[in-house]
Amino acid sequence: MAKTITLEVARYRPEQEGEPAFENFDVPLNKDWVVLDALNYIKDKLDGSLSYRWSCRMGVCGSCGMMVNGEPKLTCATFLTAYDPGPIRVEPLRYFPIVRDLVVEITDFMSKLKAVKPWIVRDEEKPISEGEYLQTPRQLDNFKQFSMCINCLCCYAACPVVGLDQHFIGPAAIALAQRYNEDSRDQGKEERMDVLSQHDGIWGCTFNGECTRVCPKNVDPAGAIQQYKIKAVTDWYKSLLMPWGKK
Amino acid sequence: MAKRSNEPFLWSLFSSGGMIAALMLPVLILLFGLAIPLEWIEAPSRESLLALVRHPLTRLVLFGLCSLPLFHGAHRFRFTLYDGLQIKHLNELIAVVCYGGAIVGTALAGYILWTLG
Amino acid sequence: MKQSHAYTLYHPKWYRRRVSTWWWTQQWRSFKFILRELSSLAVIYFVALLLWLLWSLGQGEASYRNFLAWMESPLMIAFNVIAFLFVLYHSITWFNLAPKAMPVRVGGKRLPDWMIAAPNYAAWVVISVVIAWFILGGN
Repeated sequence: MAKTITLEVARYRPEQEGEPAFENFDVPLNKDWVVLDALNYIKDKLDGSLSYRWSCRMGVCGSCGMMVNGEPKLTCATFLTAYDPGPIRVEPLRYFPIVRDLVVEITDFMSKLKAVKPWIVRDEEKPISEGEYLQTPRQLDNFKQFSMCINCLCCYAACPVVGLDQHFIGPAAIALAQRYNEDSRDQGKEERMDVLSQHDGIWGCTFNGECTRVCPKNVDPAGAIQQYKIKAVTDWYKSLLMPWGKK
Repeated sequence: MAKRSNEPFLWSLFSSGGMIAALMLPVLILLFGLAIPLEWIEAPSRESLLALVRHPLTRLVLFGLCSLPLFHGAHRFRFTLYDGLQIKHLNELIAVVCYGGAIVGTALAGYILWTLG
Repeated sequence: MKQSHAYTLYHPKWYRRRVSTWWWTQQWRSFKFILRELSSLAVIYFVALLLWLLWSLGQGEASYRNFLAWMESPLMIAFNVIAFLFVLYHSITWFNLAPKAMPVRVGGKRLPDWMIAAPNYAAWVVISVVIAWFILGGN
């Protein structure tokens, strides 16, 4: 028989269990299998009641983020062989309320995300007849890194501040705010700053850098937050020295 | 426009103090805390030190060197208490003790440097 | 279906896990982070020491000698070794994180991190030498 590896999968079925418990499954250790393939194998062959989110299985949709051996990972990009001989412990993303098995509740994140207006804000749209908003490669380069975020929430599961303070707006939301702030077509900086310069915005961050370390898309939210702090500080002194100026 | 918090100001003290502490404290603690007491090098005489610190520029540097790192330490320690012990509900008390301590230390530094003659 | 705990069909019952107070002891990385944050105490301690030195300088020769004698006590040496290590840790982490907080773009390209960290380290060395020269050069 082919080689297998054990997956310790966190199960939480609220109608059965008061709190999450682990269930072990042996799955084939195929060298081209990722953790998500193993979960699909379990659901197809061993226990159809296992619940988890996934969609694209190619690191784009951001649904399959889970804790793998205590680290937030995209399970579609985490190979089983990296953990040979196992066991591999698969848990739902840390710090989020657990709905069922590996599925977490993300409504709170969605409302935080919406609060920073992650879309292009214009004071005035120019008429279509004037054509598109042009952008140079250099202008694109300013924000491209932050636009790679897929909202997989690995950074939230890594950030101790998220765990300690449920009001903290969190790494991805700030990085995405920065993605639009740095966009030459955007005019929404001030509105976003009003949200982010609050105590629960950027100031909750203690720059431990975990978000950047775990980000599967190399977005560097930690850097974005510190750059934002420096911007907020210069704004603060500007409005102090020139209170008559446009903030 | 929403009310701006005073966090930017505190953070600017934190970061400038952190920079000064990072650049200047290690050598000072190495000299006065270890090298001189362990007699790796000879202690400078009081006269030469006094002549050095009486220079207005040195006084200014020393004032910054005492005050800003105190605010840096106060700010960082405040967050360490929140993170390490989960006592954010004591927010006001901790802030008063931390920043209050830094203000007292700053006043003390100002007084000592002023009265050096 | 077991009825050991409150569960109503079709009503979600989320499970929330409280973060342990000692979360930072569970991983070496988070422990290092708390150590970095605790360097704040070493910074405060050293400023206090500096104030003591300045005060004793103003008080007279005897007071300055007394300060130097105090610093030679094993207890103070032990404190100072610990404080020195913490302050050193603060400096290194601070300079290493500087490029993240202040990226510099030249011609649209972001400079590599070491090109921002390196001037910080260079400034550290230069400033340290200058300070030491000022303090010891007077002799």
